[in-house]
Amino acid sequence: MTAPRDKFGRPIVVVTGMGVVTSLGAGKTDNWKRLTAGESGIRTVTRFPIDGLKSTMAGTVDFVTVEPSSSTALTERLADIATEEALGQSGIGSKGDFPGPLFLAVAPVEVEWPQRLEVGRAVGKTDFGVNEILAISGGGKFAPYHHRFMFGSVAGYLAEKFGTKGSPISLSTACASGATAIQLGVEAIRRGETDAALCVATDGSVNPEALIRFSLLSALSTQNDPPQAASKPFSKNRDGFVMAEGAGALVLESYEAAVARGATILGVVAGCGELTDSFHRTRSSPDGKPIIGCVHKTLADAGMTPEQVDHINAHGTATPENDKMEFLGISAVFGERAKQIPVSSNKSMIGHTISAAGAVEAIISLLTLEHQRIPPTINYDIPDPAIPFDVVPNVARDARVTAVMSNSFGFGGQNASLILTREPI
Amino acid sequence: MNAPKEAWITGIGIVSSLGEGLDAHWDALNARRVNVDEKRFAPYIVHPLAPVSFDAQIPKKGDQRQMEAWQRIGTYAAGLALDSAGVKGNQEILGRMDMIVAAGGGERDIAVDMAILNADAKGNSAPNFLNERLLNDLRPTLFLAQLSNLLAGNIAIVHGVSGTSRTFMGEEAASIDAARIALGRIESGQSDIALVGAAHNGERTDLLILYEFGDFNLKDKFDPVWARETHSGFALGSAGVFLVIESREHAEARGAKPYAKLTKVVTDLAQRKQPGAVTKSLETLWSKLGVPGDNGALITGATGVGPVTSEEKTFLRGHPGTAVRATGTSFGHTLETQFPLGLALAALSLSRGTLFPPNDPTGLEVEMSKPPTQIVVMGAGHWQGEGMALVEAIK
Repeated sequence: MTAPRDKFGRPIVVVTGMGVVTSLGAGKTDNWKRLTAGESGIRTVTRFPIDGLKSTMAGTVDFVTVEPSSSTALTERLADIATEEALGQSGIGSKGDFPGPLFLAVAPVEVEWPQRLEVGRAVGKTDFGVNEILAISGGGKFAPYHHRFMFGSVAGYLAEKFGTKGSPISLSTACASGATAIQLGVEAIRRGETDAALCVATDGSVNPEALIRFSLLSALSTQNDPPQAASKPFSKNRDGFVMAEGAGALVLESYEAAVARGATILGVVAGCGELTDSFHRTRSSPDGKPIIGCVHKTLADAGMTPEQVDHINAHGTATPENDKMEFLGISAVFGERAKQIPVSSNKSMIGHTISAAGAVEAIISLLTLEHQRIPPTINYDIPDPAIPFDVVPNVARDARVTAVMSNSFGFGGQNASLILTREPI
Repeated sequence: MNAPKEAWITGIGIVSSLGEGLDAHWDALNARRVNVDEKRFAPYIVHPLAPVSFDAQIPKKGDQRQMEAWQRIGTYAAGLALDSAGVKGNQEILGRMDMIVAAGGGERDIAVDMAILNADAKGNSAPNFLNERLLNDLRPTLFLAQLSNLLAGNIAIVHGVSGTSRTFMGEEAASIDAARIALGRIESGQSDIALVGAAHNGERTDLLILYEFGDFNLKDKFDPVWARETHSGFALGSAGVFLVIESREHAEARGAKPYAKLTKVVTDLAQRKQPGAVTKSLETLWSKLGVPGDNGALITGATGVGPVTSEEKTFLRGHPGTAVRATGTSFGHTLETQFPLGLALAALSLSRGTLFPPNDPTGLEVEMSKPPTQIVVMGAGHWQGEGMALVEAIK
């Protein structure tokens, strides 16, 4: 194989362990089997009453439960499961002693309704204000809720359990968070600060208020029946994304360190790039320039040309706006090849795992490289003529894949892309 | 690796309970001014934001309406920092500028929450009740005003900072890591220039409730941070602080005047279940900074809550010649904003050739007569996360 540094003289960053949880199951094996079979993990929500909601389906991870229940606790548990799998595969360090930092993509945290209602009921009156709530909040009775609803709580737990080094970083770049976590790990290894980084992205936040918030922004699909068919990336009749839960964990190492300890190399993070869209809080700049710039920066970071990318793992949320803008951006960079290169959206099957999506989809991209097989975009029955991508419609496809671009474009103008390869380039 | 590049602080933007801008803060600190409101949230004490005309940095009213208070405070402070660095409106630089924001979340609609809790207390707990109220009563734009990464989003929209955008979360430690990562990127040549900072609105009952769960709020009577031994707690403060940090060569090439050099940032996550863990962590961080002797200056974001403030005191007693200043006394506790505030005041003091005076009846803070050449900035979060930075004068 090649020298341990890339063409820019930086340490090559490889992946030696991966773990994933989605609504399709826990672990790479189950997820890969179901993704390539074109199965959907989207179902009607049963975790809470759906009366009155416009969108009643989600990619919830119902086979994992936590007590006491909260989105933050589920978020933590999903990260825990994915991390166990990634560390098990990597074999790095020893139990409770990971030799590097933690970068965690996690949803913003706040006190949730079950806990808020519990505190409200503890007032013991029927007409009360904030002062009555404050008067009974202290004294230790609700002390666990302070820790639970701190933004740093999930990272603190993971750092202690897995023995990561230094201060763990919790981050949010909206729908690009998972990609940003990987990017931070890549940059730390390239700077020579560490030989290894644990990059985790997790989201367990399907709760009534979260669903309603996205619904009020008109971002969600309302095609509730059947739920499996709701997420229709790149289709003419797409009408929004489907909220989902999941987690992805990756062990990143310098190529040199991975080879030195005889680790199996699962793939290479060849490049990462980001460019902020300053146009609008939820909409992309109509000229697509920030997306185009993001893709160009990522190619430049990898030292690659568009011709070397042979598959795109799309952001593909199935919102009318995103899919249109993604085509605009990709076609500006890839030209006529934009119509030939297979562009698949995992979100057609697992929904939008929001904070976790960038990492979950990077892992699926690496599995695509490993198996030389591209998972489909399902629910693709009515193509949108304005988006002439080869979306790998409905059925998985065997293909020669050497480099995958994985895109994440989020609220707040957060654009990030990764290029993953099987071998160092 | 090439030798690390030198990083300069070339822009500072501050808005707080003491006013806005560098001169107002310098004057307030020298006058030992403290601005607390003991009535509005009684018995809780807060340091309210001084009157600010947001139009000066956020000209479009439509933008202001899309933001919650914490976002307005931060977007305002970011604008001050860009002005201070002389890069405001410079699209060439802003288009490749790094942005790392340390953020919590936005304020809830308390009226909506209280109406639901009251209805629930009256026995209205039909399955669709919560859904119906939230669907009808939540403002669609409120979500965007609450989302952590939308402070960065608003700074991009209002000021055009659009190279990279990362939002770190996790209370006090988030901004220490933000400074660490920004410095790492500049030292290694991954970036030339970065906007780093945070904002906090301390005048929020939802935050008072959250911190009351852990008995962290200062009640009844204001005391300086070091004088809360028997009366522990923090008084939430409102503040926004942003810094422009850039490589020396980038600053020199555009003729920018530096306030100070950011030499090092180190962080830790002490396992606080063990008593003494914070003191030990701070000692380790101190030794990593490589500060010679104990006769320098240190600005801490000490919260005033136990047991972490006691552990900080133990650490400080081990460095008895150091001139200590606690920002919590003058500004209150501003969570993510406390560390950038410390960096800002360190850079300001170094650029003015003098440390601002102590404000502490216990005697832990002592006068410093000589001009400081190095100032250590310290942060130990109220529940987790520790860090330090070394800020140095540019000779």
